Amino acid sequence: MTSEPAHMNPARSFQGLILTLQRYWAEQGCVILQPYDMEMGAGTFHPATTLRALGPKPWRAAYVQPSRRPKDGRYGENPNRLQHYYQFQVILKPNPPNLQELYLGSLKAIGIDTSLHDIRFVEDDWESPTLGAWGLGWECWCDGMEVSQFTYFQQVAGFECSPVAGELTYGLERLAMYLQGVESIYDLNFNGQDGDRKVTYGDVFLQAEQEYSRHNFEYADTEMLFRHFRDAEAACRKYLEAGEPKDGSNDSRHLMALPAYDQCIKASHMFNLLDARGVISVTERQSYILRVRELAKACGAAWLKTEGGGVAA
Amino acid sequence: MPDLLLELFSEEIPARMQRRAAEDLKKLVTDALVERGFLYEGAQAFATPRRLALTIMGLPIKGQDVREERKGPRVGSPDAAIQGFLKGAGLASLDQAKIESDPKKGEFYVAIIEKPGRATTDVLAEILPQIIKNFPWPKSMRWGAASAEAGSLRWVRPLQSILCTFGPETEDPEVVRFEVDGITSGDVTYGHRFLAPGEIRVKRFDDYVPALERAKVVLDADRRKDMILHDAKDLAFAQGLELVEDEGLLEEVAGLVEWPVVLMGSFDEAFLDIPPEVIRTTIRANQKCFVLRDPATGKLANKFLLTSNLIASDGGKTIVGGNERVVRARLSDANFFWKTDQGVKLEDRLEKLKSIVFHEKLGTQFERVERIAALAKELAPIVGADPAMAERAARLAKADLVTEMVGEFPELQGLMGRYYATLQGENPSVAAAIEEHYKPLGPSDRVPTDPVSVAVALADKIDTLVGFWAIDEKPTGSKDPYALRRAALGVIRLVLENNMKLSVSEPSFHASAMHDFAKYLRTRSDELSDMETIAEKMGSEELEAFAEKLAGGTKAIVLDDAREAFGNRGLVADLLSFFADRLKVYLRDQGARHDLIDAVFALEGQDDLLMVVRRVEALGRFLDTEDGANLLAGYRRAANILRIEEKKDGRTYNEAPDLQIVNDQGQIEEKALAVVLHQAREEAAAAVANEDFEGAMRALSRLRQPVDAFFDKVTVNAEDPALRANRLRLLNSIREATRTVADFSRIEG
Repeated sequence: MTSEPAHMNPARSFQGLILTLQRYWAEQGCVILQPYDMEMGAGTFHPATTLRALGPKPWRAAYVQPSRRPKDGRYGENPNRLQHYYQFQVILKPNPPNLQELYLGSLKAIGIDTSLHDIRFVEDDWESPTLGAWGLGWECWCDGMEVSQFTYFQQVAGFECSPVAGELTYGLERLAMYLQGVESIYDLNFNGQDGDRKVTYGDVFLQAEQEYSRHNFEYADTEMLFRHFRDAEAACRKYLEAGEPKDGSNDSRHLMALPAYDQCIKASHMFNLLDARGVISVTERQSYILRVRELAKACGAAWLKTEGGGVAA
Repeated sequence: MPDLLLELFSEEIPARMQRRAAEDLKKLVTDALVERGFLYEGAQAFATPRRLALTIMGLPIKGQDVREERKGPRVGSPDAAIQGFLKGAGLASLDQAKIESDPKKGEFYVAIIEKPGRATTDVLAEILPQIIKNFPWPKSMRWGAASAEAGSLRWVRPLQSILCTFGPETEDPEVVRFEVDGITSGDVTYGHRFLAPGEIRVKRFDDYVPALERAKVVLDADRRKDMILHDAKDLAFAQGLELVEDEGLLEEVAGLVEWPVVLMGSFDEAFLDIPPEVIRTTIRANQKCFVLRDPATGKLANKFLLTSNLIASDGGKTIVGGNERVVRARLSDANFFWKTDQGVKLEDRLEKLKSIVFHEKLGTQFERVERIAALAKELAPIVGADPAMAERAARLAKADLVTEMVGEFPELQGLMGRYYATLQGENPSVAAAIEEHYKPLGPSDRVPTDPVSVAVALADKIDTLVGFWAIDEKPTGSKDPYALRRAALGVIRLVLENNMKLSVSEPSFHASAMHDFAKYLRTRSDELSDMETIAEKMGSEELEAFAEKLAGGTKAIVLDDAREAFGNRGLVADLLSFFADRLKVYLRDQGARHDLIDAVFALEGQDDLLMVVRRVEALGRFLDTEDGANLLAGYRRAANILRIEEKKDGRTYNEAPDLQIVNDQGQIEEKALAVVLHQAREEAAAAVANEDFEGAMRALSRLRQPVDAFFDKVTVNAEDPALRANRLRLLNSIREATRTVADFSRIEG
């Protein structure tokens, strides 16, 4: 490897960690995407994972996705919990036979030496009730700490994955904390610089954590959120219907799977906000999750009728 | 004799599935071989996180030759029949068939079909792919490019390679060649993922095991467990500490490593202020590490033991450091929960239980607590507890479900409630009952003895049983998702092991009333508010008050109000027979005779568990005496005669015998029997009423002599029909007399 400037070293720079992972997965033929421009609870919601995991076409992508979990906010007071954090997401379809080795290679690239560190694959079956998705895999442990999720997708949006995609999710902040040896997320060196030029994670995000925690738990306008949930749900259905192939046309493709899916993402985030505000009772909770899942399933069905989903142009 | 070696090498297999998978592999392969006539001397199966291995010793090199004679058509049969015979027997022409003759059939063709035994390798190559394809993993998956096709191989995680050799010790074994979904069998395996990842060529089991050891893989899970336990104890001992043993954790950890290396880490002593169970649970559940205690004080030490899968180049310093970080973060969380939880009193948490659904059809935890509190209060005097304390304990019993700590570690439910209750100054019995009301959790779990605990534990279980009975979610066959058998056994053990007199049907009846009342409130609350409006318009104050009460906001249950209107005797009777079944199982496990239990349960209204047990015991002792055995014989003779005569006459003789007839026409033995029967029956009934079952048996034993004498001297089927009928009634009286203690017809032997 060419010698990196010190400020790019994943062991001292948060952005260095991201850039190293991007470069590593770019080497494996992944398209390096930028974050999806919508609020979502996890990198899996990005259409580059959810939708692209469906259908027969090969696909390799890697990207950082800001993940919003309104309930996890702690007003910036907990050194390990955030309502907004980054996930590094890799999806390879079909999964190559050496995906575990590739993953271990990525750890090596960010400076985790497997002759020093105890790396373990511990059973963890992944399920997303809102996406109607599940897979089998592991949590990947490094010296007793979970640093990634490794999943072989079996089903997404209620459809069998054919072929199966391998998904890797790195919890970037946690990984960086370990690499940098700091005890609080806010102490992470973000840009790898020293002295005056050093910017910490706290410099970038502490204020946001405080403000958004306040917003998520106390002030988020619940009436508006309920309305937006209903609107997104209705819009999703509307776009799905409008995009259906027309009777008599010889083009059997669906024309608006992606815009419809955006509304599904939106509904899911509205639900998460409402949940954080504590205005959804336990019994209602299930029905909201079910409503989002129905949208996700319908979007998945539409996607399978598009070119990306494998239909010939 | 040759041996088989099979290894299925895959990505990491969940620890909890490994042992079972190895056993399944052994059974499936050996069964398939035996089914095809291949016997073997021994078989052993093994599992590590990355492989299942099987060795079968002493298999034949080929199967047995089979010679079969098949009779064909008569000589000179039509061509169609001849052709059919040749085809079926696999012959080219009649020249290959023999001709035999038989006096009846004449001359006919016989084909001799000789099937040479198949080579064992061929048979293995046929059965192994099928076993692999249909392997009974609890959960399996598809993967890779092959998964684009329907019906692709499913395995617990991607299967990477297959090793399969077969041959005698003295020669080089051969590879059993087969293919499963693109994976071809060979003689290659791989060592430890990090310590020796290279290829290893293997001949047979004898060199497979040492080759793996050299490549830092310990094949046998039990040996890995021994290594971990041994090293853990050594490390603990060196620090003057003692390992807190944990078999479940040991089994799991042994399934997470191929080469165990035990290392010791420590945490800040300040964390030892957290309850030890919490520390242990945190470190166990999240980190899969063992904790240690000081043998002198029995208290936890600020040390833990982790099992890594690596001989690290720095001696494990980095690994220990990393684990310590995580343990520190986890204990900080636990400490935070512990401190935060103390800020809210348990009683102030009850509102939150309204948002926890216990079961869709049985309402929330809040409603459940209401019912359990009412029931515990009702049960308190019976079990010798203070009603107010029982009610208080029941009310607080579920409050810890909404604490941060139990939210994080559900297995600490009850225990945390006890800690928090103690800290907020609750009575020690109340605090103990919060923990103990879940007990006993199984046949070997401790049964609480404090009356407050007993009251709440009974109320909790009876409420659960009645609730699921009411919505018809009873256990069926092997399915018991709500652990209702365990709950019933819990009630039985609470009652019996505390020597408590309790009719289980009464509290069950109360519980059924409360369940139905709550259900009524849930489903009818709209209607009730309507009723209130109507009553208001009508100006009916009583109706209004009633509706208000029923629809009232708190849904607090007043047992007296609910009982008469909502109690369900039918349900209770049904539940009682479930208790009877569980009691039978329990008593059988204790060595009681099942027929005696049946004999007692056959009597009406047996719902006092302790009395049932005493009666069974007394009956057993009585039947062991000579009087008892003879009385049983006399009873049987009486019952047999009655059965035959009643059938013959098409009527019963259930009426009391006419003493006048006995007196005027009876023989002396008959008179004696009538007198003793009368006395014995009264005495036995009186003794039973006093729960003196020994006394009842003693009373019955007086029957023995007159019954024997009666059968000796008196002819039941007298010529005078009136006399005969009266004698039969007398026999019936014997039957009736024994029924004061048990139904003798159920007694076997």
